Amino acid sequence: MTAYDGASAYALPEGRRREILRQAWAVGVATGLYGVSFGALAVAAGLSVWQTQALSLLMFTGGSQFAFIGIIGSGGLAAAPAAVATAAFLGFRNGLYGLQTSRFLAVRRLRRFAAAHLTIDESTAVSVVQLEPAGKRLGFWHTGLAVFLWWNVMTFAGALLGNALGDPRRYGLDAAAAAAFCALLWPRLRSRETVAVAAVALLLATVLAPHVPAGVPVLVAGLAALLALALPGSEP
Amino acid sequence: MSMTAAVLLGSAACYALKLVGYVVPGHWLDGERVRRVTGALPVALLAALVGVQTFAGVGGRIGADARLWGVLAALVLLRLRAGFIVVVLGAALVAGVLRALGWAA
Repeated sequence: MTAYDGASAYALPEGRRREILRQAWAVGVATGLYGVSFGALAVAAGLSVWQTQALSLLMFTGGSQFAFIGIIGSGGLAAAPAAVATAAFLGFRNGLYGLQTSRFLAVRRLRRFAAAHLTIDESTAVSVVQLEPAGKRLGFWHTGLAVFLWWNVMTFAGALLGNALGDPRRYGLDAAAAAAFCALLWPRLRSRETVAVAAVALLLATVLAPHVPAGVPVLVAGLAALLALALPGSEP
Repeated sequence: MSMTAAVLLGSAACYALKLVGYVVPGHWLDGERVRRVTGALPVALLAALVGVQTFAGVGGRIGADARLWGVLAALVLLRLRAGFIVVVLGAALVAGVLRALGWAA
């Protein structure tokens, strides 16, 4: 880990560094706790503990993983091609994230392959909201690693214990995840233009949710970013 | 297709898509219009995630439950310039307590 952030973060004041690390690991823990429900649901859908763990280790993108086991759960092995296709479709947004994160990460060779694997909603969200390039890099690596660690540990726990561990909803953890995204969005709502983009995206995703597979609403709502071209205004 | 093959194939596809963002030329993103869209992209995605995480339930059905009160608490805390962890824990606390009391689903 020091190899990643040692050189890039040392331009950051200690206070900022700590602030970013707190954000990164808080998002990691909050997101990781959902791994329990993923693990339990995957086993219930008919996957073995090891197949479930392989999804969290290798696919490592929550929306795609939930879509995959959801389709397997309803259609069985016969639905496997559809499950693969849907997971890939939902994973498309990570490629869009990579277009952005690759710019400030400036990674080469092997580290590029590691960065690609950690390019998900959370690592992208935490990194792009930081103002300093060194802060973006620190936020990316730590959030990616924190989510990877917690997501996999909790997937394993969930797969082993099933729903015996209890419903994360009971502890309000579903609300905690929504609140984390609010907190990440908040500092970006600086202009009328960004507020308009956010409002359209939120409405679009919410209205679409009952009609399309999980993960698709977020992807489609991403198109609201195109509004930035139509609206006059300052830099987002 | 065996289940293990499906798991590996799906994972390979998702990884390949992640890698695309790192191998296409960086200059594809140059220019004012592209910059504005990519700058607005995280705003749109985060707002969409807020919407889905707050309102979407089992099977995608939308509705208001304890999560909405948790998010409203988070907005109040953000307005008060509370730190990230306080905002997240505050939302969980509000939602968890409302459910424990049976005041919200």
